[in-house]
Amino acid sequence: MLQVTGLTGGYGKEPIVKNVSFNVQPGEILGILGPNGSGKSTLLKMISGILPKQEGSVEIGGKNADSYSPKEFARNVAVLPQMHAHAFSHTVRATVELGRYPYQTGLFSSWTAEDEAAVTHAMERTGVTRYENTLIESLSGGEQQRVFVAQALAQQAPLLLLDEPTNHLDIAYQQQLLDTVRSLAADEGKTVVSVFHDINLAALYCDRLLLMENGEIAKIGLPQDVVREPIIHSVYKAAVKTQAHPELPKPQMTLLPSLNGNAAKPFLVDETQFNVTADSVQFHAPQSLKTVSSAVHNPGTGWYTTFVNRHVDANYNCDDVKKEMEEYLEKRGHHLTDTVGMMTAVQTLHAEVATYADEDISIVIAVTAGVGNAVDVSKAITREAYVGTINTWIIVNGRLSDEAFIQAMITATEAKTRALQTEEVLDPLTGTQATGTSTDSLLVAATQTGQELPYAGPVTALGKLIGAGVYECTVRGIQTYKEAKGWKS
Amino acid sequence: MRKPLIAYIVSAAVLLTAVGLGVSIGSVHVPISTLWNQGADAMATNILWKIRMPRVILAGLVGASLAIAGAAFQGLLKNPLADPYTLGVSSGASVGAVMTLFFGISIPFLGLYTLPVFSMVGAAITMFVVLGFAKLVDRGLNMETIILTGIIFGSFLGSVLSLMIALTGEELRQIIGWLLGSVSMRGWNYINMILPFTIIGSFLLWMNRRELNAMLFGEDRAKHLGVDVKRRKLVILIGGSILTGAAVSVSGTIGFVGLVVPHMTRLLWGSDHRHLLTLSFMNGATLLIICDLLARTIISPTELPVGVITAFIGAPVFAFIFYRQRKGGTA
Repeated sequence: MLQVTGLTGGYGKEPIVKNVSFNVQPGEILGILGPNGSGKSTLLKMISGILPKQEGSVEIGGKNADSYSPKEFARNVAVLPQMHAHAFSHTVRATVELGRYPYQTGLFSSWTAEDEAAVTHAMERTGVTRYENTLIESLSGGEQQRVFVAQALAQQAPLLLLDEPTNHLDIAYQQQLLDTVRSLAADEGKTVVSVFHDINLAALYCDRLLLMENGEIAKIGLPQDVVREPIIHSVYKAAVKTQAHPELPKPQMTLLPSLNGNAAKPFLVDETQFNVTADSVQFHAPQSLKTVSSAVHNPGTGWYTTFVNRHVDANYNCDDVKKEMEEYLEKRGHHLTDTVGMMTAVQTLHAEVATYADEDISIVIAVTAGVGNAVDVSKAITREAYVGTINTWIIVNGRLSDEAFIQAMITATEAKTRALQTEEVLDPLTGTQATGTSTDSLLVAATQTGQELPYAGPVTALGKLIGAGVYECTVRGIQTYKEAKGWKS
Repeated sequence: MRKPLIAYIVSAAVLLTAVGLGVSIGSVHVPISTLWNQGADAMATNILWKIRMPRVILAGLVGASLAIAGAAFQGLLKNPLADPYTLGVSSGASVGAVMTLFFGISIPFLGLYTLPVFSMVGAAITMFVVLGFAKLVDRGLNMETIILTGIIFGSFLGSVLSLMIALTGEELRQIIGWLLGSVSMRGWNYINMILPFTIIGSFLLWMNRRELNAMLFGEDRAKHLGVDVKRRKLVILIGGSILTGAAVSVSGTIGFVGLVVPHMTRLLWGSDHRHLLTLSFMNGATLLIICDLLARTIISPTELPVGVITAFIGAPVFAFIFYRQRKGGTA
């Protein structure tokens, strides 16, 4: 649909855009990215014929763009501009009707049924029909932008060019607008080329990205090939981290602020900071810890300051465990968004909390362990599903990578299994060696200050501490549990 | 645009009323029936057809020309303060006209039209110089930039006029009266002089009504919508110059009509040029007929130049629009 070959040009003599070539297929959305002054808007203006080209060619629909008359061009290419203010105001309908200008011929009005249908359809498509007779000036920014989308749609052009279409829009309107654009490409096979300021939005909505640097193409390809830390860093000169989108297979990035007031101050966690009572095991950190856990409240990955392992009765039963947990935490004055909460039927006073350290690294391990099944097994599914039996916490003084978190969990699980073996815990149903209980929970948290700890497998110093610590704490925990139950080994 | 048909009917009715008042009111009362009554008093018929009617029609044509030109300039420049007078184009037209009188230029082929043609050339040259200079100062063509440029060139051209007037000597009074803007004692000759240009100029602008709508969103946007911006702009500027030049050549510089009328019309009926141009044309005619009526009756028997009345109304409106614009309101 759009074929750009060796395009060079700009405002003055010195070209801003240099030798840019790419093509876009029908139904495809191409996002143009780049730092300020990289020539992304200039490139779009050259394609839309606002700026002259010095060299190269733009082919639209298989024909050289220069061979179109102005009206023909507008029937093939619709442009959605950035938002700006106007001195005089049209009604919404009059504005959308202007989109049919390229179809008007002759001196007198030649408004046809086709024109009317296109305008009606464009307004319905963008949801502005109800403002039909309102002056655009009196609409909000987002609604105004929708009117201009409708105007561009009324042009019924197969190629749609957008220049930072979401500038100054709040996120709900950004989403609405880009969803509309997305569906135009998907349903009507429109070809879309859009300049973006926001890398994440571009990665979310575009099929391919074109990254500009100093007027040239730095990279063109799929979002996951373009939005990569080294590329973004070298083009934008900004420190970023990329990560997967939580729901979609699209890359996203976040800025890494350079050190300033809100950077974490170094601090060390040790076992004296733990508060063990008959009600719970609690730890409150002076700053947020990066946490990965299978807790009841706030599971998954996040940053939390308060950690609660709460004792519940063995017969604890509740329809909405999460809600009951929240009520419990709130009653005790914990801030819900800052707190990770687990529960156990084990006496929390029997918790094993210990610091393990070598010369460089220190970690704190907290385990509450119970291996008995003193309850009716037929009810175990409903009851014990949320009541952890062996709850293990590992708090690391150091800076963990993503893989270190996962390795720490593997290492801890292996150590736990070894402890069950040492204590000769068997599966009561099969009589074979038990590897854990059915509802164990695990939490790994790190201060993310101090030493970099990229790995946590058994071969590393950290892995060794975790292995030994979890093993020892779990063994002691099981022994205490057995004694409390009056089982003599 | 709300209810365009009503807008046209109301404007036409007001215009007809103004014409009626214009021909009947004056130092001698002429009953409106003289228009169609064959047996009417001979003197009344004479006053009506030889003095009042040409005066009213001339006022109407001048007002219509200036108003439609103002509406088009405002749309083209996206500037509610633009009109032939504030842009300095009227001054340019005056210089062209006074030059014709001063040097006694008469081109045989043009005959009667020598004066308006030179006036138009003066208007067109001023227009392009003003816009060229404004663009040189500020590519974005800010509202204030254009007006300031208009003032600069207006003052300069005014001094050129003064110089020429000082050098003429004997015809001084006549030219000054003419400069202040008046449609009195002109007769049918002057109507013949302006009419063809009013028609051509208005037609050129009306042809570009849709383009003007598109250009309200900026020239780039208009181009995206398929408007041949360069050509259309040129046609609109030429059309505006023709209208201004023709109006100035018959009546001198009458200020603010091109500012007040489109502004009022927009307030009442919206800024869709498909209707705005025609409605401004009609309302401009009405306004100048009424202003002229006031000019000759308000301190009767002395006549004021009509430009005094329009400036008296126009300057406060100008101030009001400027205030509204700067306070973020819309015109």
